[in-house]
Amino acid sequence: MKRKLPLIITFCVGIIIIISEFIPHKPFGQISGELEIWFLIISGFAILLGQLSLLKVNFLKIKFKQKNWPFFVVTLVSFAIMVTVGIFWGTESNHGILGNGEGVASLIGSKPFDYLFNNVYQHLSATMFSLLAFFIASAAYRAFIARTVESNLLLIAAVLVMLGNTSLGSFLTGWLPQSLSFLHLPNIAEFIMKYPNTAGQRAIMIGAGLGLIGSSLRIILGIERSYLGGE
Amino acid sequence: MKKSIFLFFLFSCFFLYSQVGQYIDLDVVDTPNDDGSSLQINWQVSDCDSGNVVLARLADNGEKHVLVKTNNLKRRYEDGTDVQPGVDYTYILSLYGANGEMIEEAAFTATSKAQWFNTNKIALLIWVIILTVGIVYFIFSAKSGKELYIRKISGLESMDESVGRATEMGRPILFVPGILDLDDMQTIAGLTILGQLALKAAEYDAELIVPVCRSMVLSTAKEIVKEAFLKAGRPDAYKPDSVFYLTDDQFGFVAGVDGIIVRDKPAANFFLGAFYAESLILAETGFASGAIQTAGTAMPSQLPFFVAACDYTLIGEELYAASAYLSKEPHQLGSLKGQDLGKAIFVIVLTIGIILEISGISFLKNFLTLH
Repeated sequence: MKRKLPLIITFCVGIIIIISEFIPHKPFGQISGELEIWFLIISGFAILLGQLSLLKVNFLKIKFKQKNWPFFVVTLVSFAIMVTVGIFWGTESNHGILGNGEGVASLIGSKPFDYLFNNVYQHLSATMFSLLAFFIASAAYRAFIARTVESNLLLIAAVLVMLGNTSLGSFLTGWLPQSLSFLHLPNIAEFIMKYPNTAGQRAIMIGAGLGLIGSSLRIILGIERSYLGGE
Repeated sequence: MKKSIFLFFLFSCFFLYSQVGQYIDLDVVDTPNDDGSSLQINWQVSDCDSGNVVLARLADNGEKHVLVKTNNLKRRYEDGTDVQPGVDYTYILSLYGANGEMIEEAAFTATSKAQWFNTNKIALLIWVIILTVGIVYFIFSAKSGKELYIRKISGLESMDESVGRATEMGRPILFVPGILDLDDMQTIAGLTILGQLALKAAEYDAELIVPVCRSMVLSTAKEIVKEAFLKAGRPDAYKPDSVFYLTDDQFGFVAGVDGIIVRDKPAANFFLGAFYAESLILAETGFASGAIQTAGTAMPSQLPFFVAACDYTLIGEELYAASAYLSKEPHQLGSLKGQDLGKAIFVIVLTIGIILEISGISFLKNFLTLH
């Protein structure tokens, strides 16, 4: 029964969701939205599980003085500070248990939670994101090394697209007459992005869509059960 | 006598027509293919170059609730505020001149109705039926013992190699099931692969690290890994803290996983699920650490990054097929064959569609377009 009940629920909910896609009449039309609300409610409770896991894992690493344990102290301290200031003085749109934090806000310009969010978190997040620029450069360098026919094609396409998107591209081919405008680098870059690139992406999306349908059917019909933690 | 009665009737009709709707042509219809929660009001003002129209809905107490004021003399407005199916609603359209004087007023009463079938989705229904029948047919065909050829997916074949390498090197295996929640199919596909990977890790006695980005994924991943260790007959080797939550934040999660890669130096990294901008940051950090990397996602914009930085990449459908492929169970493999049939049908329909479009026939395109 421990196995069968989840399978029965999965089957019933899956079938109802498929049917509701085609029937706008009540109650089918509302089912999908209602289930999304249920999901959000369950997620809300599950957040507590996540926080407990975070605290437990980091606390144990500190307790047993595992390798690099000071990093985990930083995590726990940061967590504690954000939770504390959030509970005491609230956030931008919410009151805390000590009120709206006007006194603290007059000192630092905003509520402590928002101050830390805007001045620490946002910058750290932007730093991580900006690393992407360097990683793109290193990955592109490896990807564009001309070794095989395919990598040569990739290299040529990449150079054309990159040049076509810069003013240098326009400068290099700007002298060509209007009758040869299809050879202008910006036009070539646009062509590559618009046709071969879009076609490739759509092929992947169609394949992924079919895969999604196949996976969904396997789960709804109870053939695929590993998400339940076993066969 | 009869002639004079007929002329009088004709004149009366003309007189009435000229009083009601001389300028305004008002029509209210039920919005098709909806749950009866809206009505469509169409109006057209003729023989009038300029002016303003005010559309109002008559409430039960006789008050007018203004819905829209505009100088657009031909327009469609959809009223979806508090409209219940089966209830009569009266709409009044007032036409005002340039100086604000009322020229004409017209009223129309209509009822909305909830539909039992969305006719805009007939094409979708046909596709669903064809694909479902195809997949179910091949599942039963495989169950009956028919041999099915499934092409080799090198990214999945390499799983043994990755786990073996990690065991030999005495380093952990890192598995990241994407950054989206359980409501995304890619996350579920990633988690089904985690089950197979955890089984192999338990058999090889390799350490498995699973940082997750969502609390719901945490509890599911924990159960999956625990069951895999039980199935392998090594429940003692299961570490509950091997699956842990980092943060819901995208770049906070990346920072955490990158820290694990740099500090613990896993021998094998698996990035299987839904990824966004963090894909390349994770994959490049893993590449720099020298790990053997397998990635898979159905996000077309992230696939090039994984292809450039990882040893093996599961492209789109391969991610969804992974669980069935690894299980080697005939009925699961049968569903993959069904997907291939769907692809073949897609190619045929696309080819026919291209030919028809070139020929100037748009029937197929219009039929397949979801409105």
